[in-house]
Amino acid sequence: MAQQVSVDISRRNGSTDLPGAESCPSCKQLLDVGELEANLKVCYHCGHHFRLNASERIGQLVDAGTWNEMAGNLRSADPLEFFDLRPYPERIEEAEFATGFSEAIRVGTARINKMDVILAVMDFSFMGGSMGSVVGEMFWRATEEAVKTRYPLVVVCASGGARMQEGILSLMQMAKTTCAVDMLGETPVPFVTVLTNPTTGGVMASFATLADVIISEPGALLCFSGPRIIEQTLKEKLPEDFGLAESNLDHGQIDMIVARPDLKSRLVQILGMLEGGVACALQPLWEEEARPARRRGTFTQALGRIKAIANSPWRAFKR
Amino acid sequence: MHLKDEVAKISQRLRELSRGRHLDKAVWEKVELARHPKRPYTLDYIEHMFAGFTELRGDRCYGDDPAIVSGLAAYHGRTLMVIGHQKGRDLAARTRRNFGMARPEGYRKAQRLMRMADKFGIPVLTLIDTPGAYPGAAAEDRGQAGAISGSLMCMARLSVPTVAVIIGEGGSGGALALALADRVLMMENSIYSVISPESCAALLWKDSTEAHLAAQTLRMTSSELFELGIIDEVLPEPRGGAHRDHSAAARILKDALEDKLRELDEINPQVRKKERSEKFRQMGVWRENGLTLF
Repeated sequence: MAQQVSVDISRRNGSTDLPGAESCPSCKQLLDVGELEANLKVCYHCGHHFRLNASERIGQLVDAGTWNEMAGNLRSADPLEFFDLRPYPERIEEAEFATGFSEAIRVGTARINKMDVILAVMDFSFMGGSMGSVVGEMFWRATEEAVKTRYPLVVVCASGGARMQEGILSLMQMAKTTCAVDMLGETPVPFVTVLTNPTTGGVMASFATLADVIISEPGALLCFSGPRIIEQTLKEKLPEDFGLAESNLDHGQIDMIVARPDLKSRLVQILGMLEGGVACALQPLWEEEARPARRRGTFTQALGRIKAIANSPWRAFKR
Repeated sequence: MHLKDEVAKISQRLRELSRGRHLDKAVWEKVELARHPKRPYTLDYIEHMFAGFTELRGDRCYGDDPAIVSGLAAYHGRTLMVIGHQKGRDLAARTRRNFGMARPEGYRKAQRLMRMADKFGIPVLTLIDTPGAYPGAAAEDRGQAGAISGSLMCMARLSVPTVAVIIGEGGSGGALALALADRVLMMENSIYSVISPESCAALLWKDSTEAHLAAQTLRMTSSELFELGIIDEVLPEPRGGAHRDHSAAARILKDALEDKLRELDEINPQVRKKERSEKFRQMGVWRENGLTLF
């Protein structure tokens, strides 16, 4: 009896009392942690994608030993001296302690299947992956690096939106990251986002949806307003698949859904194809035509041109 | 175990302190003024400011969103593209205007018209007055997030001068979508925030009745935002608030607009765009190697 109760709780929480086992929140099957790790944290019964933290994601995505983290020493300040039930610095410290990271994003250069990229990975476990000043600045530096090195920019998103504790400054990060993408857009450097569960709010309404190609993991929640907000404010009953990656794909909001085991190869394939283009600087046609010098030439040239037309095979045929 | 009790005790004390903090009545008054039902809306400003206005409608994709009005205005012998959120005065109008909460087609209409303005070298004026972008399932399906980010990108790219004025409520991403401008001004009694005080209270205080405290903590009034360097200027309102005298409020806005446009006209378009990007780049506060950077 006691055991049954504990299993029930575990099913809701996704962890069990049993050592080395985890239950899948989707199919409720008990999973072996070792096997789950080996399967890239995808449930080997139903294909449910477990959430990854930034380290796990980097470990899965980049070639071994090629991750080179940059500017890892940025920390959030507390410009508003924000105090809700607890002071903001305390929340940051707690998140730092719990995750071992200094912020909700990590940026670095890396190689994916031998291809050089600038990689930014967001971490939902750090204050819900919320975007504050540091996330905005790190994103800016990542785009700057991509512009400088001409390596493609890959951003793995996971965020609940703006960081409330930084108030208006967190809202401004949407503007800041947009300007960064605009700066990147002036070069032919590919920019791809990988949206993971969940990507919502301010991140979804800024750089996440501004990429050249938007990839999502299966079953990820992708939306601007979360289902809870919609149900609360509008008393609207939502369909079961609301905001999921599959629904977003149907509605034309993302390019594709890629399962975790295929992510590396698909990323490299897409980036490679985007880089395969040839730069074509467009000259306005009217400028060409307006330049009379080209047509004029010498009298003999003009005579030659007329002769060439007169002797063309088309004329011969007509005759 | 010992430590846990201690932590619980201290956090309880902190909670008491946070509740007992001095509540500044003036902040909530501003929130109420910003939402005042008689406050001048976008169309009121347009009527008082410009000799003529031609509304242009539709996003050419899906529909026309009455929560955003936009069009060409005659202004001192030149043309201006005016885009703004519109709330309704009576119940029927309020419903039609969706309380100023724009849907994706509203932001796509804005994008279309901003691009048009750019093509013809027409400066863009945006008037912001929205509780936020509309949070509905259908709006999500039509790409609310992408419409907002698209609008932000469109404003980031414009080569014409852009001036944004927050005239009432500046609610979250739905407001910012029209506010990535060269100059961002705020009417004195307007508010601009990442989240509404009510939602913030429900989210962080787990109690929506703490909205007053949330409003104060978020720093959403014009003077506070000016101090934080988020906006460029606070426009004083007529005595008692803009709702007391629409035409006087419009005159103040018009004078400020003239001022800002004269300033922006002087700058080379490429430099202007660079400065805009640089301005938003500077927004943020963090610590790096032990130093706090603004």
